[in-house]
Amino acid sequence: MHFLFLNIKSTHIIFSMHLLEIFYLVASVTFILGLKMMSNPKTARRGNLIAAAGMTLAIAGTIFLKSTSETRPVIYILIFAALVVGSAIGWLTAKRVKMTAMPELVSLFNGMGGACAALIGLMEFHHNIGNTGAMLAIIGGMIIGSVSFSGSIIAFLKLNGTMSKPVRLPSYNIINTIILAGLLIFSGYVIVSGTGSTMLLYLLFAVALFYGVMFVNPIGGADMPVVISLLNSFTGLAAAFGGFLYDNKVMLTGGILVGSAGTLLTIVMCKAMNRPLSNVIFGAFGGETAGASGGTQKGSIKDISISDAAVLMNYSKKVIIVPGYGLAVAQAQHVIHELEQLLESRGVTVKYAIHPVAGRMPGHMNVLLAESNVDYGKLAEMEEINPEFSSTDVVLVVGANDVVNPAAKTDPSSPIYGMPILDVENAAHIIVNKRSMNAGYAGIENHLFYDPKTSMLFGDAKDALTKLLNELKAM
Amino acid sequence: MENIVTFIGEHKEIIYFIILSIFVGVEVIGNVPSVLHTPLMSGANAIHGVVIVGAILVMLDSDPDNIGSLVLGFIGVVLGTLNVVGGFVVTDRMLELFKKKK
Repeated sequence: MHFLFLNIKSTHIIFSMHLLEIFYLVASVTFILGLKMMSNPKTARRGNLIAAAGMTLAIAGTIFLKSTSETRPVIYILIFAALVVGSAIGWLTAKRVKMTAMPELVSLFNGMGGACAALIGLMEFHHNIGNTGAMLAIIGGMIIGSVSFSGSIIAFLKLNGTMSKPVRLPSYNIINTIILAGLLIFSGYVIVSGTGSTMLLYLLFAVALFYGVMFVNPIGGADMPVVISLLNSFTGLAAAFGGFLYDNKVMLTGGILVGSAGTLLTIVMCKAMNRPLSNVIFGAFGGETAGASGGTQKGSIKDISISDAAVLMNYSKKVIIVPGYGLAVAQAQHVIHELEQLLESRGVTVKYAIHPVAGRMPGHMNVLLAESNVDYGKLAEMEEINPEFSSTDVVLVVGANDVVNPAAKTDPSSPIYGMPILDVENAAHIIVNKRSMNAGYAGIENHLFYDPKTSMLFGDAKDALTKLLNELKAM
Repeated sequence: MENIVTFIGEHKEIIYFIILSIFVGVEVIGNVPSVLHTPLMSGANAIHGVVIVGAILVMLDSDPDNIGSLVLGFIGVVLGTLNVVGGFVVTDRMLELFKKKK
């Protein structure tokens, strides 16, 4: 009787294990499908939901199928409490955040994942002393997770403006390389020596956190999207190390997919800015070069009044709007859409020219304009719109700067030299709306503003556009 | 050297798995238009939240009398959940804006 009972029990456990593997397999497929569908505007939303469903399956399966009768209730209570707390905070934050603040929120959530991976490493260390393979996965996941965590927090602070200036120690590249080398040698020692010292483990953890801070600190705010994308793939890698440790296939697939897709995305973003990744990480960008290229050929700038701007646009055949981060900050996406509709109703062709890195993240502008119901077909990408500028009467640049800076084509000494830009200078008239003459995000002087064809419309984007709209309505 | 060869030999399936997954990751987002870069990054961000499975595994294995380990595990699961739930919800909010108008 006793024997029979044991047998039933063990069959039951084996069945659970197999069922869990099937859950993991399904979840892995949903991740791949989800990513695939997210690469197409039509299916993107469903893709995200499918991946979320797969994730729920993997989490629920782990809780219910992995546990044994020895698992104590207190553990369950804690797991569920943690799930409830995390879901509530995550849900509310994500639902409440403003569209303009999304990039920094992505960075923050990425940091949370990194911290989670780091904690797993810290906790598993003691159970695996002497097992070199497991130690490799534990230390690897712990270090990458920690770097991703502290780096993401710095990126978050930079994007929300708390840390606006890049902090560059003298010869920071050498210092960082030394820290990194130290970190690698130190972790190599911990893995190979089979030490069980808690002090060494926490010291390693601290060094990794410190490296994350030092890694992101010198990088300017304009490059944060690239950094976040890179840290995103780091966290993927950390999750994959966890998968290796537990021989858990869903963590492996999820982690590696994000690791490789994230790396590719990072490279694509760098390409859009025409800068190699190494340049983003090791090269100083923004700030110091601004003065050097600025002073030489300043001309005079020309103001334009609201009514002149309105007349100019009202009697144009074709107007192209170039939105930038200034538009996002001023929350002017709805006003610009109204302006566009009014002009269209007067027979003016209106299009939006979207630079791949307009805003704070690639695609950021599209998200914002879509929020205010701008027709998807009116958004033109750079390659497609560039030939059209020469046949355009008025280009309205709203809060964009570096993406229309001709220095990228003409001035080899400029830090953005080589970056593809929107050729707005080919249009008949250029109206630039800006708050002040301050340099753009990258801190580089823009000669477009001194072009005889350019007129400046100073003021907050929402404010200026509302006035422009009212003026046009009155016509 | 011998250790490395042994290591690879013992883990050959998982190494195949890793290499193939890398290619899948690259291929799957190969043709993404730049409009979708931000949502895609955000979606990928949510997917690596799968690390929460590891945190749950740690919790299931931990000794109910070891308070320190329970606290760390609890924090781990909270952080992982934040990554998963926050990540998917933010992505959904971004993508909601792309639904066809008219």
